[in-house]
Amino acid sequence: MPRVKVPRKSTAIDMTAMCDVAFLLLTFFIMTSKPKTEDPVPVDTPAATEEQTLPEKDIAIITVGSGKAFFNLEGAEARKELLLQIGQRSNISFTPSEAKAFTTLDNVTVPVSQLKQYLNASTEDRKRMNSGIPTDSVSNELYNWIHDARVVTKNLYDKELRISIKGDSKEEYPTMQRIIAILQKQKVNKFSLITTLKGK
Amino acid sequence: MAELDTSGGGGKKGGKVRSKKQSTRVDLTAMVDLAFLLVTFFMLTTTLNKPKAMDLTMPDKDEKTKDQLPVKASQTLTVLLGSNNKLEWFMGVPGESLTPPTVEGYGKEGIRKVFVEQAAKVKQQTGKDILVLVKPSEKSIYKNVVDILDELHITDIKAYAIVDILPEEVGLLKRDNIY
Repeated sequence: MPRVKVPRKSTAIDMTAMCDVAFLLLTFFIMTSKPKTEDPVPVDTPAATEEQTLPEKDIAIITVGSGKAFFNLEGAEARKELLLQIGQRSNISFTPSEAKAFTTLDNVTVPVSQLKQYLNASTEDRKRMNSGIPTDSVSNELYNWIHDARVVTKNLYDKELRISIKGDSKEEYPTMQRIIAILQKQKVNKFSLITTLKGK
Repeated sequence: MAELDTSGGGGKKGGKVRSKKQSTRVDLTAMVDLAFLLVTFFMLTTTLNKPKAMDLTMPDKDEKTKDQLPVKASQTLTVLLGSNNKLEWFMGVPGESLTPPTVEGYGKEGIRKVFVEQAAKVKQQTGKDILVLVKPSEKSIYKNVVDILDELHITDIKAYAIVDILPEEVGLLKRDNIY
């Protein structure tokens, strides 16, 4: 008996559309993700069950670790204004290239007097310059940074700046108390503490 | 899965010499594999890195407001944060506390149990919600404060405040060797 021959079909599938979709998704995820900002000192945030996510706009983050404080304001436009304000306050004028360097900065890690030097330093040298922003009551530069950041955000976007504290779990409480006192001095009684997620 | 060219040679005799038609199809399977691998990687890394935030409202420092409600001593629970991840708690005001100051640990078996028990007790006795005063001492660390705030959140206690520690409360911590 003659066998019925089933015509052999090719098993190759057209992958073009699938490839398009895959790369579209890939591009989307790369574009929307934000590069992780590197902390000037190792900061291990405490874990909590809170599931509230941090907003991405109009936010300032105060990083606290090893007894030092660092300041970061999100948004290039706001940062440019902030540098101008801080410059005026301490009579330092910054060149356009320095202002540009400031907008791409992760954190402000040095006192204002060293800021110019910091902005002109190489990436390697910058890593070594992490003396922190003075929080003592004599100069109290952190107070100025927070205050000016709030003013700038209010002027630019007409919004209240949200302030978050990213503290190291092992940080001694007096340091935190000092930071909170600085915030309360300018009547910021509501702020957020950055935590990592853990189960109950 | 490269496709075989089965179109059979050049052509018939006597015809023009035609160049062999090559298939323009490229095998994209490997490329798709790679793309999805990268997609998966980016998805996982970005969603896991989202920091979480805990809102904290501090009591106003300069209190000019007079319309504050008085709180009964029997309604307040004071938590003193000491060193070595230990805390001490009591009901009422320091010195004349309603319960003896007890040293306790953090976590599920420690302070959470106390919060649940005392909140229920206060509710039963006075019909009002408990008020928790958190007083971190100079020897406590930031993690302790976050832990307490988290426990308050878990036990659903809405009325709490972080306040400065008093000298007599530091004395209590010293007495119990957690300062």
